Amino acid sequence: MEKPEKLIVDGKRLDGRKPDELRPLKIEVGVLKQADGSAYVELGANKVLAAVYGPREMHPRHNQQPDAAVLRCRYNMAPFSVDDRKRPGPDRRSTEISKVTREAFEPVMFLELYPRSVIDVFIEVLEADSGTRTAGINAAAVALADAGVPMKDLVSAVAVGKVDDTIVIDLTKEEDQCGTTDMPVALVPRKKLITLLQMDGNFAEEELKQALDLAFRGCEQIYAMQRQALREKYAVKEE
Amino acid sequence: MYEIVSSVKRDYIVDLARQGKRLDERVLDQFRDVSVEVGTIKSANGSAHVKMGKTRVLVGVKLQHAEPFPDTPKSGVLIVNAELRPLASPSFELGPPRENAIELARVVDRGIRESEAIDLEKLGIKPGEDVWAVFIDIHVLDHDGNLIDASTLGAIAALLNVKPPEDETWTLQGFPVQKRPVAVTVFRINDKLMVDQCLDEESVMDARLTIATTEDGSICAMQKGGTGGFSREQIEQAYQLARAKATELRKHLR
Repeated sequence: MEKPEKLIVDGKRLDGRKPDELRPLKIEVGVLKQADGSAYVELGANKVLAAVYGPREMHPRHNQQPDAAVLRCRYNMAPFSVDDRKRPGPDRRSTEISKVTREAFEPVMFLELYPRSVIDVFIEVLEADSGTRTAGINAAAVALADAGVPMKDLVSAVAVGKVDDTIVIDLTKEEDQCGTTDMPVALVPRKKLITLLQMDGNFAEEELKQALDLAFRGCEQIYAMQRQALREKYAVKEE
Repeated sequence: MYEIVSSVKRDYIVDLARQGKRLDERVLDQFRDVSVEVGTIKSANGSAHVKMGKTRVLVGVKLQHAEPFPDTPKSGVLIVNAELRPLASPSFELGPPRENAIELARVVDRGIRESEAIDLEKLGIKPGEDVWAVFIDIHVLDHDGNLIDASTLGAIAALLNVKPPEDETWTLQGFPVQKRPVAVTVFRINDKLMVDQCLDEESVMDARLTIATTEDGSICAMQKGGTGGFSREQIEQAYQLARAKATELRKHLR
């Protein structure tokens, strides 16, 4: 892939956004009939579906925990979701993302309420354009709420990074590949608690601070949209 | 993989932390005794044996011919793998790497790759056909916590130890290592931040944040783990701690 010379020209990114602008975000609640809760998210060109089953009985039995539910997250990419077809089945990246996604939600769950059970969260990426794990977390949070799983708060996530020495939010695939740094962040907005933080690339201390500022603002915006989507589904309509 | 720690021990560790103390009488920002021995495995191109307290990790580097990736035809290839062998811990089982081994390998990989510790551009042989592959294999021998820091230190020590292969296609002088990234894991128990968790502390901690920095203090990799979270201020504190400790650990490298 040919690297464009500049990713930011006259303060505008390749897709016309400002450095602190999110891509268009769409959230639909309760899209699947079989799952206890579900959500569909479009973030720019990303299309992600999340489904929650549970709390339900945990099989295999030997993985049960006597005093709490087990939270099980599975992130998976459909073979056609990326340019070079991805062979079906978990790969190392999906396994890592599943782990950090689970750890992003654990702080808000009340797992002790459901001993010996499992809460299954399935995230399927249907179309990918960088930011799938954050889109997945945003979808999963809404799906968990849709399933009626009690939580202390939603979890909102966004990726920040550095392209052409500018700190930007919500990177596209091109910005991720050609830029210097990528840092996905997940936040519990009411507690301002960071529950997912990964970074690869290069940040000086000052850049890290700017990036965290930007991530917080982005997560607050996403949080508002998640709540709005849930309100629209569940609000009692005036006749 | 959850270690079972008795609630008595858990309460003891948490109470010690509240007082700014730890199980083995370390202070909060103190690493255990660290030793790095290089070159012990002659079948590897480079090797390092790291001890961090009772944790022991052996890292071997092997250089082999390989096909390059299609989008980078002249670049060498870096592959990091980690094995959590059953002899290292009662909680490790036989079988392909599961999420802990995968996370460990990928975090170490990021520290080495993103810092550009190895200039992969120099490892091409015949563009599009033949390049050098650098395999970094992490073999955990004894798990008493903080595998990420021990493994990253072992990886960079092993790379610094690499003697190039006896191969006419090797055209470089020595093996090009241009940065020394060091990972430091900062963990939290309630409001206290500490480094270098032993196994019991690892089972009790709220969350951990690994920060890998290079010599100039810039961050090349970060990974949060554990079932808790961090506040904004704690992340900035963790960076200061990680940067200072990385400088100390770097003294163990050649």
